[in-house]
Amino acid sequence: MSFEIQVERQLGERTIRAEFTAPGGLTALFGPSGAGKTSVLNMVAGLLKPDRGRVLVGGEVLFDSEAGIDVAVQHRRAGYVFQDGRLFPHRRVRDNLLYGWALASPEARWMTLDHATDFLGIGHLLDRWPRTLSGGEAQRVSIGRALLCAPRFLLMDEPLSSLDAPRREEIMSVIERLRDKLELPILYVSHDRAEVERLASQVIELGG
Amino acid sequence: MSGLFTADEWEIVLLSLKVSAVAVVLTIPVAFALAWLLARGRFAGKVLLDAVVHLPLVLPPVVTGWLLLIAFGNNGPAGRWLNEWLGITFMFRWTGAALAAAVMALPLMVRAMRLSIEAVDRRLEDAAATLGASPMHIFSTITLPLAVPGLLAGAVLGFARSIGEFGATITFVSNIPGETRTLPLAIYGALQIPGSEAQVTRLSLIAVALSLAALVASEVLVRRSGHGRGGHVL
Repeated sequence: MSFEIQVERQLGERTIRAEFTAPGGLTALFGPSGAGKTSVLNMVAGLLKPDRGRVLVGGEVLFDSEAGIDVAVQHRRAGYVFQDGRLFPHRRVRDNLLYGWALASPEARWMTLDHATDFLGIGHLLDRWPRTLSGGEAQRVSIGRALLCAPRFLLMDEPLSSLDAPRREEIMSVIERLRDKLELPILYVSHDRAEVERLASQVIELGG
Repeated sequence: MSGLFTADEWEIVLLSLKVSAVAVVLTIPVAFALAWLLARGRFAGKVLLDAVVHLPLVLPPVVTGWLLLIAFGNNGPAGRWLNEWLGITFMFRWTGAALAAAVMALPLMVRAMRLSIEAVDRRLEDAAATLGASPMHIFSTITLPLAVPGLLAGAVLGFARSIGEFGATITFVSNIPGETRTLPLAIYGALQIPGSEAQVTRLSLIAVALSLAALVASEVLVRRSGHGRGGHVL
């Protein structure tokens, strides 16, 4: 499983450009704020359309401007963990976790709810509403939701940025276990050098 | 209860409720479609559509009533078509009162619904898409449920507005007891008769009570559907 990314997109005055190839493991997109790291992630997810370029994951073409290929977001099977969690406020934790799981085809699923809740230690949160969760709890739930949608790769956008130090440590160790135990390729956005040095198998510098 | 109101007053209140309920129920889908277009649509003429929807809010109601008369009267283009195909007539009928109430309530309902659609966090819809949801599925599981408090608020506001509708109704379908004489029209009629202050007072108190009940109901509905977030519309 690998990422082959070559994208370009004009956003107002800025031109977001990224070109890199990364094998499996955790690939960090590292750079200052405003370098367009999140935009690159959104282009891989299919939320933002590149003006030109190619996006390949595990050899499969998700986007190719020249060939006219643009796989719709809902068919890309990316597990996207957002900076702000983005849990659905009108669904309890259980229904948040199962949202993508219910939509995935049964043969594509590789994780069960029990497996995910054990892995992330969130079994006791299932009946809670998202607004009652702490920052660390919410981020673990949002990681679980992404894992359960049967993704072939993960996109993580500064998943630690809204957390205090003890919570960061807790989520960081979760991410290390994701990287090592699940062997899921991860594209990881951060502007924190220490975080990147600890987690990343390879680092792609953007902008600056 | 029956001792509280005279038979005449009962008739007026029940007619008002029927006219307003029918007006609101039929307007909800129209208002929602318009609200959706205005909140999410990108098309030429959006400003014009917005203006047309809001027209009944600023036009003299008598003009709205007169326009309804031209369009939906027995010889009007829309009126003739509806009569021939569906057997619906509006002239001097409670259906006409409901149509007038619907047209007058539309801008308020569209406004409230549009605000509630615009308030839905698009980033949640993006998140749902990455989880495998199609646009239709996103609409029914994310956008619509999150917009429901505002949709209910819009409906209740429309209901309250319909109860109070006067000018367009009396112009369009006149003031006929048992058919088009809703609360405001009955109050207006009573005011024309010397010595009917007591009846005016009673009818006005009913109007106040109904309007108040509608507004309180909307608050309660919104709070109950707010997932404990305590959202409100007023």
